[in-house]
Amino acid sequence: MTPGPEHLIIAPILIPFFAGALMLVYDERQRRAKLTISLVAVAATLLAAIELLVRSKGSALTGNNDIGFYLLGDWAAPYGIVLVADRLSAMMLVVTGLLALPALLYAAAGWHRQGQHFHSMFQFLLMGVNGAFLTGDLFNLFVFFEVLLAASYGLLLHGGGQLRVRGGLHYIAINLTGSLLFLIGVSLVYGATGTLNMAHLSNLVPVLPEAQRPLFHAGAAVMGLAFLIKAGIWPMSFWLPTAYMAGAAPVAAMFAIMTKVGVYIILRLSFLVFGAGAGASAGFGAPVVIAGGMATVAFGLLGVLASQGLGRMAAHLVLVSSGTVLAAGGFVLAGDNPQIMAAALFYLVSSTLAISALFLLIEPMSREEGGIAVLLALTADAYGLDEREEDRQPEVGLAIPGTLAVLGLSFGACVLALAGLPPLSGFIGKIGILQGLLAEGAATSALSWSFVALLILSGFATLVGLVRVGIQTFWASEGDSPRVLALEIAPVVALIGMLVILTIKADVTFGYMRDTSEAMLQPSIYAQGVLGAPRAAEGQAGQ
Amino acid sequence: MEIVLSAAIGTLAASGIWLLLRPRTFQVIVGLCLLSYAVNLFIFVMGRITLGAPPIMPRGGFINPAAYADPLPQALVLTAIVISFATTALFLVVLIASRGLTGTDHVDGQEREP
Repeated sequence: MTPGPEHLIIAPILIPFFAGALMLVYDERQRRAKLTISLVAVAATLLAAIELLVRSKGSALTGNNDIGFYLLGDWAAPYGIVLVADRLSAMMLVVTGLLALPALLYAAAGWHRQGQHFHSMFQFLLMGVNGAFLTGDLFNLFVFFEVLLAASYGLLLHGGGQLRVRGGLHYIAINLTGSLLFLIGVSLVYGATGTLNMAHLSNLVPVLPEAQRPLFHAGAAVMGLAFLIKAGIWPMSFWLPTAYMAGAAPVAAMFAIMTKVGVYIILRLSFLVFGAGAGASAGFGAPVVIAGGMATVAFGLLGVLASQGLGRMAAHLVLVSSGTVLAAGGFVLAGDNPQIMAAALFYLVSSTLAISALFLLIEPMSREEGGIAVLLALTADAYGLDEREEDRQPEVGLAIPGTLAVLGLSFGACVLALAGLPPLSGFIGKIGILQGLLAEGAATSALSWSFVALLILSGFATLVGLVRVGIQTFWASEGDSPRVLALEIAPVVALIGMLVILTIKADVTFGYMRDTSEAMLQPSIYAQGVLGAPRAAEGQAGQ
Repeated sequence: MEIVLSAAIGTLAASGIWLLLRPRTFQVIVGLCLLSYAVNLFIFVMGRITLGAPPIMPRGGFINPAAYADPLPQALVLTAIVISFATTALFLVVLIASRGLTGTDHVDGQEREP
């Protein structure tokens, strides 16, 4: 078998894996080498993801929906493990890459010196996230979840300090419990259906014997609980603000994608297994997802209003974002207008990028208020990392002029995108969801009206909360402006640039999301494709 | 057989959950261990209980699957054991770091106000 372009599907998993393993060999002092390897690996992963995205668009011949398959070990689909790159997973891969590059650049300005093996753990996190997006098998999904969680435990503790260790302790405990729930759910699903392959599951559910169905539903519900914990859905979200606040800035920026992994899995599995064609199971879980999503948005918007610091506010915005996408997904699953899904995907991409930019902005913005001094004092006592003090002094880099203006503009862009105000992309996503909810007046129930109200309220709360912080930082500031390195502000500007591109090219991007949501609503294409995926060694398979 | 296994799983899970909700970090980690034992047994049982049957089929010929144990849950349990072992070890390190930094073994890093 000669390596061909079909092997590209596994590249987003293998590149970070090898890069991370390679960097373990390097000494901690060779930061420049590590940084180079890390950057090259992330760029290569991003390129592979973009190529997969282009491929997944397919042609008119394949109905603009080209699903790529990769049979690991060349076993036929329901028996072996399969990787699937369709429109949705390719999109999530690209978003991950787009977040990783700025986060890494930001870390290069100083954070990667504050502890050991930052770059390796960062790569392993990417490997886990990419793997979770690509896998077509439930147990493999568990393994990739554990990879990304193990890396995230290390990254959360990166830099050390009492606050991080305490936040990390809670984070690890709740995620270990979540993983155990995941395992219970997986084994129940296996016990009821005899398969772990998502595509196979999608085919089996409509014809499942009635005696097995309650067991299967119980398994799916327990498994869903595990994903909802990861997505930070109320009331399983109390760990999230503390953990995200405690993390170092580039880590928190990268964590913005982690709740979306949970959201992605719920959307993927719900539409695949409980879609319209699922017989007696159609729409299972939709009420829970809608209620949970709406409760999360409400909790998040109250949290935004109540937060005293920008870090806690950003963490609550993560909740608002994942709650909105989940509730929108629930509405579509319950048979509402499919247009909501396309807008929700657009909102997902836009809000993830904006939150990531906001997390990167927190540190430069709070620098002048002595916030950074507190942060550093916290970091200093852990693991005897005293060398950092000397590292911090000769920080010669290009400090940017007009710091406050650049910071203020970037912050303003984040506010616009997150609150869903024109002209940035958040507006398009939000207006799309609202339009979808309100179209066909007859179908608009009290539930969708309350979601409309919540969406608008959450935008308003975001605006109030963030503007309050902005006024305190930029207008009420006195004296000299903070010193901000170009390397710290460039990633933020890059992320905002992506938001701008997302907005200007909205016809292209939104069109992609629309086709993606259409593909999601036709799970049979996915299911049949996976089970009929051709093996490379078809000829020799007879023995 | 079924009743013994399910009673064992239930006891392990119940003790694990109770310990998980305790305020001391050591109790939490023991609780997580017990819970993971319960979950591992549960996965094993979900492949249906077969007594005295091998999980691997011999090569060639027609094979009656009913005469063999389901190998998949066994493979899953093996993976789950390894992963939970590794994450428990990591949790132990964080636990000790937390004890060292805060001087208390309370999960919140501080004793509750009297």
